[in-house]
Amino acid sequence: MLRLENVVKSFGGVVATNDVSLNFPTDSLSAVIGPNGAGKTTLFNLITGHLVPDSGRILLADEDIVGMAPAGIVRKGIGRAFQVASIFPTLTVEQSLMAAVASHVHMSESLLTAFPPRSVRERAGELIDLLGMAPVARLLCSNISHGDQKLLDIGLALALEPRVLLLDEPTAGMGPEERWQMIGTVRRLWEQGRMTLIFIEHDMDIVFEVAETIHVLRYGSVLATGSADDIRNNPEVIEAYLGTETPEEVPA
Amino acid sequence: MSLFREFRRDVLLALGALAVLLAIGFGVDSAWPRDFLTSIFAIGLLAMSLNLLIGYTGLVSFGHAAFFALGGYIFGLLLQWGDFTATLGQGSVPVALLAAVAGTALYALVIGAICVRLTEIYFAFLTLAFQMFLYSVILSWVALTGGDQGLMGGIPRPVFLGVDLADPYHRYAFCAVIFVICMLIMRIVTESPFGYTLRMIRDNAQRAAFLGVNVTRVKLICFVVSSSIAGVGGVILALFTSGAYPEWAFWAQSGEAIFMIMLGGLNVFLGPLLGAVALRILNDVVQMYTSHTEIVIGLVILFVVLGLRRGVLDFAKDWWVERQQAKLAAENRESQQ
Repeated sequence: MLRLENVVKSFGGVVATNDVSLNFPTDSLSAVIGPNGAGKTTLFNLITGHLVPDSGRILLADEDIVGMAPAGIVRKGIGRAFQVASIFPTLTVEQSLMAAVASHVHMSESLLTAFPPRSVRERAGELIDLLGMAPVARLLCSNISHGDQKLLDIGLALALEPRVLLLDEPTAGMGPEERWQMIGTVRRLWEQGRMTLIFIEHDMDIVFEVAETIHVLRYGSVLATGSADDIRNNPEVIEAYLGTETPEEVPA
Repeated sequence: MSLFREFRRDVLLALGALAVLLAIGFGVDSAWPRDFLTSIFAIGLLAMSLNLLIGYTGLVSFGHAAFFALGGYIFGLLLQWGDFTATLGQGSVPVALLAAVAGTALYALVIGAICVRLTEIYFAFLTLAFQMFLYSVILSWVALTGGDQGLMGGIPRPVFLGVDLADPYHRYAFCAVIFVICMLIMRIVTESPFGYTLRMIRDNAQRAAFLGVNVTRVKLICFVVSSSIAGVGGVILALFTSGAYPEWAFWAQSGEAIFMIMLGGLNVFLGPLLGAVALRILNDVVQMYTSHTEIVIGLVILFVVLGLRRGVLDFAKDWWVERQQAKLAAENRESQQ
């Protein structure tokens, strides 16, 4: 579904993305891991058109999307949620989702009709149920918990019915219990939604438990790609990222 | 027609407001309420339309009065042009009104296409620069605009459909109808999917773009709509004063509109209109006692800005919303237990 071929991006002298080639098959669930500064978020910024690669190709279902504007890439079916929840503080949860759905059905520029049209309200209602956010639907986005804000951010991306969904650290800033709850929700959304899901995550337990395929980045390059077992037993990964000792503490 | 069904409540409110305005204009045996309200129609449309940019989109324009002035000048100049009125006869006034709106919209499209790519202070200063450009053109093109004297000799107003705008009652009713229509249009625009897209852009433009919104185009549409309505405000003032003056395009006119928004509130639809009424009344009252009106008005604005930290209606709205939100949150806690 999504393929990166020899993508390079540098900022001044720093090569943030160094000849990265990755393949994310249709309906797969992959994780991107790596130490701070490995170029994970840069990778997402390149895929979503926020940054333009210096060279290389990014193919969505065999169509090169390099050079397209972010809004155009979204329309092609790549949705994204952010490391710091990117939401609309003065709108309620329900209004935000309805506005996102309105954008999806090309009504952002409809001046002469009442908001929300019925179909938009219904679709937003489905999303609220899917996310389990009914209790907070009428609260302002600025008044809901951090976890709910992260969930809403994902919900906004889902409103566009993406073929590929990129989640930048969906569990960032959460307590251990909340993390598992969140990742459970992410996994459920993936199972129900039939989409290609890629997430960045720091918590190894979560990554090994949830992801089908794991891509390890270091200094902007792909260090390893494989299943949880492959990565766990890859000596280079162990040295670079997990520490020099065998990671016995990681549950199988 | 489905539009009127969807906005039935707002249409009924608009009709009610029009009835009240007409009752005041025709019922009170004095010119003062008519004159006062007509000036509110003009300046109120300026402030209300500016708030589409400031309050709804988060774009603070310092040059909005340029479009207000342009509307007035286009309207006045067309009606002063003998060939125009001779050719169109009865149709002169409606056509001049439409031409003023269309001309302002076109000018706003050009200026907006340059300005809306910028944000914050850069947007503010660029709009200010374009306003001062128009002001200079009006001042220096004396042959056309009359320079600092404004459009002299009055604006001819041929009778159309039995409406004689030289008659103060007819003129008042005509202005009231136009005002109410413009208010209704703004209400519909702000409560449409487009209106909610504006709020998204105000809150978080980058996120809106990542949700597929063409942020630049939406801002430009808003800029053109709001400028056109400001142009209608200028037409009303031109009708009222039977002229058009360069001060309308001066930065102080834009500043006054911003004061009105700050005073009344920018997050409530009618906030700027309340601000316009309050500032006008304040001005008139203070003028009865002292010629130093600016000092008193400055003190009032200081009080509102420092004391309430927002416009009057914003203050009320925030209080209400906080109460509602607290109640909802409490209900959630209870249902979870």
